[in-house]
Amino acid sequence: MADSFQFELVSPEKLLMSEAVTAVSVPGSEGFFTVMASHAPVMTTVKPGIVIVTKEGGTEEKIFVRGGFADVNEKGLTLLAEQAEPADQVDIAALEQSIKDAEEDVSDASDPEEKAKAQHALDQLREARAGLPG
Amino acid sequence: MASLKDLRNRIASVKSTQKITKAMQMVAAAKLRRAEEAAAAARPYADRMASVLANIAGAVEGDGPPLMVGTGKDDVHLLVVFTAERGLCGGFNASIVKLARQRQRELEGQGKTVKFLAVGKKAWDLMRRDLSDKVVERVDFREVKQIGFDEADQLGEMIMQLFDKGEFDVCTIFYSAFQNVITQVPTAQQIIPADLSGGEDESDEGSNAAVYEYEPEPGAILDALIPRNIKVQLLHAMLENAASEQGARMTAMDNATRNAGDMIDKLSISYNRQRQAQITTELVEIISGAEAL
Repeated sequence: MADSFQFELVSPEKLLMSEAVTAVSVPGSEGFFTVMASHAPVMTTVKPGIVIVTKEGGTEEKIFVRGGFADVNEKGLTLLAEQAEPADQVDIAALEQSIKDAEEDVSDASDPEEKAKAQHALDQLREARAGLPG
Repeated sequence: MASLKDLRNRIASVKSTQKITKAMQMVAAAKLRRAEEAAAAARPYADRMASVLANIAGAVEGDGPPLMVGTGKDDVHLLVVFTAERGLCGGFNASIVKLARQRQRELEGQGKTVKFLAVGKKAWDLMRRDLSDKVVERVDFREVKQIGFDEADQLGEMIMQLFDKGEFDVCTIFYSAFQNVITQVPTAQQIIPADLSGGEDESDEGSNAAVYEYEPEPGAILDALIPRNIKVQLLHAMLENAASEQGARMTAMDNATRNAGDMIDKLSISYNRQRQAQITTELVEIISGAEAL
């Protein structure tokens, strides 16, 4: 069995998960990556998407996060999520609403830099939406 | 001297006031438990955020974003005053505002400009008389049942927009830190430029850690992290404040209930005395009437 490490998922309102796991794949803003035990220290921003947690027994849990930060150090992985909920409980309507808002942001943005930023946010949301059922 | 009927009315009215204060105390106790839980649940995130931030701040070369290092001046101060939406909680609101005013006088004594941002209805109520021209913005969350990250987000955006417009150089928040039901400590905390001293102690123990890899580069992460941190601190302040408010209200209402009880006792004694005196007078009248025959 693979080695386990400490994984902590916290949102501003509460500590959602704190347990030993064998692997976690994180939707980093520069691409997906999977953290396993004794991973090199990394710090990265996280884009909206699905985090797949493989627990010690081999069971997988999918959690939807909306952006945040991942911090891998010798103690384990800490994921500071802006918002997080189990993938099967995601409020699809709310997500679609924020996609719509993002679309408006793109069309409202005046200068190119702002527009690129808004477009980027929109793409990330769309991608996250594609990964969810329903 | 009040008549018997007046006393009776008075006792009835104090009793109904006591019922109200008692009910308020119980409501506050229930809300306090929830507010305390919310404050406790938010703590891990704030702690982790502080250690991550301390970690990354060390890695950034050169100057960080302005939100962290400040504008290089400290001429204009923004004081964000957090209070409750309602009164009837003892000196809770007044003591926060008092602390903020004290700071204002100090700063103005040093020739700085002071601006206020009033969060909560009571802050505005207490400041509008003499400070209304200094209050740049006021926010209240009267409609909000449970303070969550959304409120902190809104407020954070507002403060950062003011900062971007160059409206102030230093931002300090005033709120009441919750210690226990009886003690709430009005606290001032500087959020812009970020005061990282709290988190730095923790990073010392981990300073022998291997070199981090950053993705994207540290500066970009920091740019995203700092605004988050500000919002998290605001959330922390709001939750602490909510717990303190309920604690203060509970104590205040407990005192009020007890005072009402004392008052009822006193009124009852004088009511009984008067009633007896009246009976005695009537008896004396009857007896002397009978003797006269």
